[in-house]
Amino acid sequence: MFKGAEQKPRNLQEHPQVAYYGTLQYPHRLNFYDKPPLFDVTVEEFETCALDRLRILAEIESSAARNRSWEETKSVTHTQCLKYLPLSNNSATKMDLNAQRRKDHLGHFVLRLAFSRSEELRRRFVKAESTLFRIRYENDDSMERQQFLDSRDFNWILVDKDEMSEYRKELSSVSENEKFFKVKWTRVPDLVEKRRVFLKGGWAYVPAREQASVVYQDFEVQLMGALEMTNRALPRLDEDNRLLPILDNLCKGFLSGVPSDWVASAPGKEGEITADMVDDIAKQHYPLCMKNLHQNLRKDHHLKHFERLTYGLFLKVLGLSIDEAITFWRKSFTGGPAETKFDKEHKYNIRHSYGLEGRRANYPAKSCQQLLVSDSASYGCPYRYFTPDNLQTALLSAYSSQGLKSSDIPEVMQTVRSKHFHVACTRVFEITHSQYNVKKGEGVGSGESVTHPNQYTAKSMEMEKAVKENLKGEMGMEID
Amino acid sequence: MAALQTELVDVTSQEVMLTFYRRLYPFKSIFAWINHQHTPARLFTHREFAFTIKNDVYLRYNSFNTVDEFKKNVCLLTPSRFEIGPVYTVRPKDRKTARKDAFKPVQRELVFDIDMTDYDPIRTCCSEAGICKRCWTFIAAAVRVLDTAIRDQFGYQHLLWVYSGRRGIHLWISDKEAMDLNDEQRKAVVNWLSVVQAGKESGKKVHVRSGSKPLPPSLRAALDELVDIFPDLILDDQDCFGSEKGYESLLDLIPDPKIVDGLRELWTSDPTSSSSDKWADLKNQIKKCYPQKDNPKRAILSASMEDIILQYTYPRLDAEVSKHRNHLLKAPFCVHPKTGRVCVPVDPSHIDEFDPSAVPTVGQLLRELDAIGSSNEHGAEHHSDWERTSLKPYVDMLDKHTQGLMNEVRREKREMDTSW
Repeated sequence: MFKGAEQKPRNLQEHPQVAYYGTLQYPHRLNFYDKPPLFDVTVEEFETCALDRLRILAEIESSAARNRSWEETKSVTHTQCLKYLPLSNNSATKMDLNAQRRKDHLGHFVLRLAFSRSEELRRRFVKAESTLFRIRYENDDSMERQQFLDSRDFNWILVDKDEMSEYRKELSSVSENEKFFKVKWTRVPDLVEKRRVFLKGGWAYVPAREQASVVYQDFEVQLMGALEMTNRALPRLDEDNRLLPILDNLCKGFLSGVPSDWVASAPGKEGEITADMVDDIAKQHYPLCMKNLHQNLRKDHHLKHFERLTYGLFLKVLGLSIDEAITFWRKSFTGGPAETKFDKEHKYNIRHSYGLEGRRANYPAKSCQQLLVSDSASYGCPYRYFTPDNLQTALLSAYSSQGLKSSDIPEVMQTVRSKHFHVACTRVFEITHSQYNVKKGEGVGSGESVTHPNQYTAKSMEMEKAVKENLKGEMGMEID
Repeated sequence: MAALQTELVDVTSQEVMLTFYRRLYPFKSIFAWINHQHTPARLFTHREFAFTIKNDVYLRYNSFNTVDEFKKNVCLLTPSRFEIGPVYTVRPKDRKTARKDAFKPVQRELVFDIDMTDYDPIRTCCSEAGICKRCWTFIAAAVRVLDTAIRDQFGYQHLLWVYSGRRGIHLWISDKEAMDLNDEQRKAVVNWLSVVQAGKESGKKVHVRSGSKPLPPSLRAALDELVDIFPDLILDDQDCFGSEKGYESLLDLIPDPKIVDGLRELWTSDPTSSSSDKWADLKNQIKKCYPQKDNPKRAILSASMEDIILQYTYPRLDAEVSKHRNHLLKAPFCVHPKTGRVCVPVDPSHIDEFDPSAVPTVGQLLRELDAIGSSNEHGAEHHSDWERTSLKPYVDMLDKHTQGLMNEVRREKREMDTSW
């Protein structure tokens, strides 16, 4: 499952073509991806290799978002790898090692092309890839791992006997009876931070068991550098519009922060709403106030306290379980200003709003009435607190995909001007649900008008479900 | 007398600051120090300067092409102080012409800030903004420990210590490798050097070892230094455990309830005994409770005594300043707006003799200028009047520091040239 291949750079230089096409194309299971794939591939292979790898990276990202332990992450990733991208040890003679490692190699480079284009994509790609590399490194056969390490120049210096005895006392307090390597300390900031090395004159003396740290660090630094270079080269790619659409497609899902967009994920149990589904629901069923909060969250990867509270309670009533809520917020904050503070600060607040901390009260979600008097454009009722211009723009951008036309705007604005904000909201509901035969004046059902964001959303989802079930009924077993 | 005189000059007045910048501020020296060579390089031209002008208006992202432009603008704005930031990919003043993600900090001195307020839970002589010769001992100890550690462990050589004008000290490290550190590496340095975790809660705890394992070698060296000053500073001078509050926080740090109870009983009956006596009590109590030398409890307790010494004397860093490249730090030779004292460089080898109250104030310097007076009034404007004031030794100190830096840059350049 793990990939392996790396052609050794040295071999390559010594016998360029021969080594490349020879049997030793990928002598190691681990790969530092120093050399790009130079072989011909079909467009289909190009895409499938990338998609398969993406599934694995998606799983790794979602493991981090779900706060899985390292062991869990490892085993989950392992399973995914076996399924989509098996990579065997050299001892597995029955496998077509070359094909496995070739796929690994190709997939990596295709995704590099797709994910080099923005700082955020690069950062996330490096994080996921280096986690994958770590998992493979840890699972690798120790002999083969050593061979891999020997095959590459990591630019570390073995501490010789004289030096060992000079610093015997200091080194032994770091680690006893071990070989030490010397590297510039800047290459192992993680070890320095935890005082796991001995530091002298800018050199870090790294005990052999921490060697992996140097390898991972190198992998990350190198990949980040390569991605930046790819980014600069990409505009000059002489491309015949077969590949670019594929690349665009690949990174789109990645950007929205939802692995299920990369690859369709398994739907939750009946009626259960998972973190991954929030984006879809927001698109189709939210009232404007919640859409606004959701968009701000996606845009800034952050919300301020009252915005969080309002939106968080809304999600709770919508049916997000506490675990899913934490997953949702953690993912949403990734890349934002409060990412590192998440566990310390925000998790508590989320649990608090679910009645699991502090006074353990079961807080209700904010109603329209509360939002109308909140006196804030960021989390209050947009019909009331947005300026007319902004409101029009917001309405059109939020609902034009659901059938709101600019010709409907004057009517809505008229009610807003006469300060009947809930009527305006109700009218928008009617217009955007006309596909379900909601007529003017019917409101969210039997003439009821909107009084609560959750009521709006629940009614909207009900209608969609009813239509779907009808469809199913009509078509019988033919559709699945 | 000195206090009286300082009041005569209003530090906040524009005129005072203008005269100070026009006649005294060593722009050339500051330029050379941040630029590392004589002709303006990116290190200067792409550098951010931030000014605090009147009404607390804060102007960020200024940058200058030459030292003359720099001086002209400072005189024009007469900021109460200004700060030096990082070198960016683009000249900060042109940042709006660049793509948003193309404007990034790339280089910056590695800086540290030690502030007396972080010592408030332990110092007994002053609090908040106050500082006296006695509490300066904390700073002196911190400087010695950090200076040695950074030179020895990280191998940096170009360290400039600058008195912050009131109750703290800054360190600027200008080595090439230090300038190039990224934020992650800066964080690593800070964590390597931090022992006392800063925080609002007063019970700052030292977490440096697992169980009773020996201290890491870097801290062992620091401890050897600190053990010497602990009795004088903490026990005698500051008398940290003299009050009930003081000894209770000491008891909090002892992991053995048997000892804690014994000591509390002893000290409640005689709360006024001196800190040295209490420290001796602690040692005796340990011997009494665990007479055998090889008792594992003894190891735990002597480890915790070492931790206590570290907690009370080890440098307390303001970590946030050092962790990010884009953090701004007040430039040397600025005037502290509250005290009027100039932020002068400090020689770490004579740190013990440094007296913050002897640092020249802007008022004093202007009087010195008046005294040398109008003898050559009709000459051109003087750029280096500081040579004739008590600011001179400090500027010379900076120039000497810069010289070392420039020599190294020159050597590197020569090597590059000959490598062809």
